[in-house]
Amino acid sequence: MESLYLLIPLSIVLTFVIGLIFWWATRSGQFDDLEGPAHRILMDDDRAETRKPDEH
Amino acid sequence: METQSTYNYKVVRQFAIMTVVWGVVGMLVGVIIAAQMVWPELNFGPWFHFGRLRPLHTNAVIFAFGGCGLFSTSYYVVQRTCNVRLISDKLAAFTFWGWQLVIVLAAITFPLGITFGKEYAELEWPIKVLITIVWVVYAIVFFGTLAIRKVKHIYVANWFYGAFILAVALLHIVNSAFIPVSMWKSYSVYSGAVDAMVQWWYGHNAVGFFLTAAFLGMMYYFVPKQAGRPIYSYRLSVVHFWALIFTYMWAGPHHLHYTALPDWTQSLGMVFSLILLAPSWGGMINGIMTLSGAWHKLRTDPILKFLIVSLSFYGMSTFEGPMMSIKTVNALSHYTDWGIGHVHSGALGWVGFITIGSIYYLIPRLWNREEMFSTKLIEVHFWIATVGVVLYIASMWIAGVTEGLMWRAINPDGTLTYAFVEVVKAVHPYLIVRALGGLFYLSGMLVMAYNVFRTINAGKAVDAKIPALAAQSH
Repeated sequence: MESLYLLIPLSIVLTFVIGLIFWWATRSGQFDDLEGPAHRILMDDDRAETRKPDEH
Repeated sequence: METQSTYNYKVVRQFAIMTVVWGVVGMLVGVIIAAQMVWPELNFGPWFHFGRLRPLHTNAVIFAFGGCGLFSTSYYVVQRTCNVRLISDKLAAFTFWGWQLVIVLAAITFPLGITFGKEYAELEWPIKVLITIVWVVYAIVFFGTLAIRKVKHIYVANWFYGAFILAVALLHIVNSAFIPVSMWKSYSVYSGAVDAMVQWWYGHNAVGFFLTAAFLGMMYYFVPKQAGRPIYSYRLSVVHFWALIFTYMWAGPHHLHYTALPDWTQSLGMVFSLILLAPSWGGMINGIMTLSGAWHKLRTDPILKFLIVSLSFYGMSTFEGPMMSIKTVNALSHYTDWGIGHVHSGALGWVGFITIGSIYYLIPRLWNREEMFSTKLIEVHFWIATVGVVLYIASMWIAGVTEGLMWRAINPDGTLTYAFVEVVKAVHPYLIVRALGGLFYLSGMLVMAYNVFRTINAGKAVDAKIPALAAQSH
């Protein structure tokens, strides 16, 4: 039972911390564009450079 | 412009190789202990006893195989999506050697019988301290790299990896609080039901943040990359993340149904477990629907097969989990092999497959090859592993329900219908099938090790150049 005195406050504090991070992320524009980032990782060409070492 | 800097692929390569090595080792120990369940004669002496090898198996597959896979992919993903090299090569190298030392110490201390006695946290206090140091350095490398990123947006995979790193740090510190009595013995600061609750708060959140959130980070990068298509809904992936981390922390009590834990805490744990179904399935659907319009790729690409099938196992086990957390279902399933089946549906199917798929994706890129040595062998691996998982979980379901029903069967006069040993006898055939399933899965891993060895042998370790960043907007 006593474990709850530790775990409940810990979880509540954690929820507030997560909420704070969420608030920061929203305010700093992390979620302004919810389409572009999905395409951006595909534009990053990470294949091996086995052929044509000097294209550009 | 000409002196373009490179990404740190060295640490990614090191961890990628060790993922495969520890995968083989951990699964081999798994097959051995599965065989010990069938043939108890295989328990040789105290060092080779089931009780000592079992934590070796769980720690090796979760923290060595899974852990190395997470280090490897998180270092790769954070660099590629942030367009910047890791903040410190030295610290990154420290996490590699430190983590390997932890694993080697685990492999030595467990057979010697040195244990803290808490499930999934068995390592004794000097190793616990080492884990804490390595983990703090890992956090510095990961978040430091995020801090110096060249791309304003933090890709969703990094959010998952970040939450995993922070949550595991918190869980480890709270649950491992110890009082040392000698160099190799310490006791938990908690006791009784309090200790049990803290243990399962840790245990279930380790599943949530180590085995789920972290591997979702893997999923959100490697599924779109391998499919060559953007994630089905980026918006949903962000909702998935926040919903998951806001609700996960209180599911732990479902491991302690019908125990000395207060009744309302058990019910609370059950409710939170049921709520978890929603974000889990949202994420699962999001991953699988990424292939929408490109399903034909599944026919020819075994790496994609691994990634997509892993998501279907994720969906299955995140349905099964909440169901088993319902108290009436739990009354049947608890303490039976059904639990073992459930865990392995998640571990072999979800965690194993997503890691294997991601490593197959990485290896050629890290050693400057177009593709793996043999695509056919990846296909072979996929089918052996899939058959292995199905044998494993189906046999454990049957064994689990059999045990649950036989244990609770009561004669009209109130005595138990079956003696415990009769139940053991009844499930014996299923234990054989389980060992066979594990053997299949291990064989697949050996095929992978060969394939990886040949690929690396033919390739050359090269650090990719960091591409010049195009205009920020699009």
